[in-house]
Amino acid sequence: MARPAPLIEATDRGLLCAAGGFTIDPWKPVETSLVTHAHADHARPVAKVTYASHASIPLLRKRLGENLELRGVDWGEPLVFGDTRVSFHPAGHVLGSSQIRVERTAGQNAGEVWVFTGDFKRDPDPSCEAFELVTCDTFITEATFALPVYRWQPGEVVAREIFDWWQLMKQSERPAVLFGYSLGKAQRVLAELTRFTDEAVYLHGAVHPLTELYREAGVHMLPTLKIDLRDKSVDYRGKLIIAPPGASGSTWMRRFANASTGFCSGWMRVRGNRRRRGYDRGFVLSDHADWPGLLRTIEETGATRILTTHGQSASLVRLLRERGLDAAELSTPFSVDDAGDDAADRETDQDQAGGKQAEGKRAGDTPADEGQA
Amino acid sequence: MQAFSRLYQTIDQTTSTNAKVAAMVDYFRDADPRDAAWAVYFLSGRRIKRLVGSSLLRQWLTELSELPDWLVEDTYASVGDLAETIALLLTRAGDSTEQLTLAEWVETRLLPLRGRDAEAQRAIVTGWWAGQSYEQCYIVTKLLTGSLRVGVSQTLLGRAIAQTADLPRPAILHRLMGEWEATPDFYRALIAEDDGEAALSRPYPFCLAAPLEDAPGLDTAEDADQVAGALGDPADWQVEWKWDGIRAQLVRRQGQSFLWSRGEELIGTRFPEIVDAAERLPDGCVLDGEILPWKNETGILPFAELQRRIGRKTVGKKLLGEVPCLFLAYDLIEHAGEDIRQRPMRERRERLESLLARKDDATSGDERLRLSERVLADDWRALATLRTESRERLVEGFMLKRQDSPYGTGRQRGLWWKWKIEPHTVDAVMLYAQAGHGRRSNLFTDYTFGVWDGDTLVPFAKAYSGLTNQEIERLDKWIRRHTIERFGPVRSVKLQQVFELAFEGINRSTRHKSGIAVRFPRIARWREDLGIEDADSLEDVKRLIEGGGDGGE
Repeated sequence: MARPAPLIEATDRGLLCAAGGFTIDPWKPVETSLVTHAHADHARPVAKVTYASHASIPLLRKRLGENLELRGVDWGEPLVFGDTRVSFHPAGHVLGSSQIRVERTAGQNAGEVWVFTGDFKRDPDPSCEAFELVTCDTFITEATFALPVYRWQPGEVVAREIFDWWQLMKQSERPAVLFGYSLGKAQRVLAELTRFTDEAVYLHGAVHPLTELYREAGVHMLPTLKIDLRDKSVDYRGKLIIAPPGASGSTWMRRFANASTGFCSGWMRVRGNRRRRGYDRGFVLSDHADWPGLLRTIEETGATRILTTHGQSASLVRLLRERGLDAAELSTPFSVDDAGDDAADRETDQDQAGGKQAEGKRAGDTPADEGQA
Repeated sequence: MQAFSRLYQTIDQTTSTNAKVAAMVDYFRDADPRDAAWAVYFLSGRRIKRLVGSSLLRQWLTELSELPDWLVEDTYASVGDLAETIALLLTRAGDSTEQLTLAEWVETRLLPLRGRDAEAQRAIVTGWWAGQSYEQCYIVTKLLTGSLRVGVSQTLLGRAIAQTADLPRPAILHRLMGEWEATPDFYRALIAEDDGEAALSRPYPFCLAAPLEDAPGLDTAEDADQVAGALGDPADWQVEWKWDGIRAQLVRRQGQSFLWSRGEELIGTRFPEIVDAAERLPDGCVLDGEILPWKNETGILPFAELQRRIGRKTVGKKLLGEVPCLFLAYDLIEHAGEDIRQRPMRERRERLESLLARKDDATSGDERLRLSERVLADDWRALATLRTESRERLVEGFMLKRQDSPYGTGRQRGLWWKWKIEPHTVDAVMLYAQAGHGRRSNLFTDYTFGVWDGDTLVPFAKAYSGLTNQEIERLDKWIRRHTIERFGPVRSVKLQQVFELAFEGINRSTRHKSGIAVRFPRIARWREDLGIEDADSLEDVKRLIEGGGDGGE
């Protein structure tokens, strides 16, 4: 029997649902898009109309511009597009991040359900909605950390490590500069750290506005101060500073003499990744599902067909096939960076760098900024 | 073991050399000499001779992890380090209750593994894995599988011990040389008062030349007139061939000889013929020069021959006969017990010539200590013409030293130049990529390149270096998105990327598919402006052999 046409397929424009007449997380111009979350590799200003979760809307406005036509959707709210019924469900990745459920409502395969996870994690995260399990027939899953060495500790435990490092730097009177993606990771750290302190944290100019949006959404975080490099009176010794990875190695760092540097990423689980990037400390904190999380979620959805969207998933696909599932890799440009190809971090405001940020040292250009598997 | 494990972590968690030294000093101050001796042993890069084969460890890992063997292999290929893979897959977070010290671990647990059968070894080793925290499991398995590389150089270790013992670093470095056993007595002697022994052997910092291309007012070192403009009268310069061997200092004091490599390693035992020849030198002299593979009848041998001698702590008679080595003296930096580094090159050269001339008279026929000959020419054009003979002569070009130059410390711009010949270059297409190890694990850094043979691309060289970190990361991403096939850890990639490869020597070879072997291949440039049809052909490459390669095999 010939396999019916897939409900969602990877095209050169994005994940196209022809039956519904929309594209999920498109990377080239389309009419209608459904966007899972505001990271740059998933959210590009290429659609005439963009649907996204309500919580994503302010973040998308900030990152994609005011003029985009954005339509907010409630969690679980049924929407009808062509011959499909669509709904958004929390993915637990960053604030507002969604899985998208698509059900075919007409034709031979009416009733079949597909779910695309966008990026997701199962671990509790005080800065965003908890992952919701959605059963389906075909599960399109991210697979950023698809090897068994990637197992996460609870965020609380990693936050304790970060806090201890910060206190150690306080004792030795050095700045503690923590690099993490400016959307999601930074706010998660700020929220987790409220368990241990109420001291203010200094933020790089790329991190600050997004953090304000999180605060407006009601996320409880440490108090924060935007760094003003022109203000020479601030003594950063013993302070925690959060900056996007792109600021590492840039002239921006000169203000923080003798700093100890740390990087928050799932990739830090492997020593070579940390050594190569030249950070003092690696904190294994990821907003993606770890290996047990991927396997557990795949099993719990009840799906018989699994498609993976991030290019490092050959081992996972092989394992699923050995377990009797129909599994394959989908070709997409989604980044294997730990939090999207944080392109918006490139728009670090100029006053942060005194307008003199060196060429080739902009966020996104430095090796430190590039995640990989 | 906990103290050592903490030391390892502290060192591993900082990029500051001062912090690394401070951590080692803290450790050594409190450590029992028995533990300290082993710590020095491992930190100096020494390793226990293999106790358990890595294929056995992988087999046990597969059994314990309950994962398919191919998945364990995939994972290991991605992590790039077996001990780390084991610790990552088998341990859970949590503290270890382990109380044994480093010495107890090594002496009562690791070393007794030797000679046990595989089944007994399996029971013991897997027991360690299960009962340890990540850190302990990692360290123990590291010690079991090989050396503990943790970003501490010999120099840094020397600094830490010197600081702990309040002794000069060269004395410590000297005491760390050669072979010794990790005993408490060794450690006590290491930190004991200076006995003068190191002073006896101590070499001088090497004086290095800068590339002539960097000379002010010079666009290219290939134009003799420009060179003349930049350097002036050739009579102000001492010109020598730039030999390609092992740079070394030969120290002769109080009837003893010491041969030091540039890496501050004593290598006398590896070159006994040179140490023997040094016996004829007077006390109180230090020569700078180059160790070269050289037969009296035929002259210098290809560098590949010298490679057979490098790395061997002792050499057999057969190899000594096949690849005899000599010390080609460039400079005299201590004479009659006096440091003469500040005297002008001209004077040092005269003293060196008379020193070696006298010796040569007395030992006719033995030329294991030779003088590097001066190349004399009236003008730079004549020198430039001579320089084109470099490849035939198996040299890398010229060394240019100002007649009035002192023997400086480190790289000397303006006083000493190296006028190297341009390397061969070939435009080749990337065929395969493989992840590196250690710092480069989990990143595609090892590439295989091909050139055209008719309408197919044949592999002809591998290269691991030459790209910037940014380029490596970018290329890594490209490779991941353009993988065609996987062969274990190796991936074939889409035929698209062209690179300019540079290399020094080229030889015919029966061992390589392409029929050629190149020396020191590295990436000169990523040629994103070229398509694969622009890459060179095997015929182009072979012409390099005919046109001044190193000759056939």
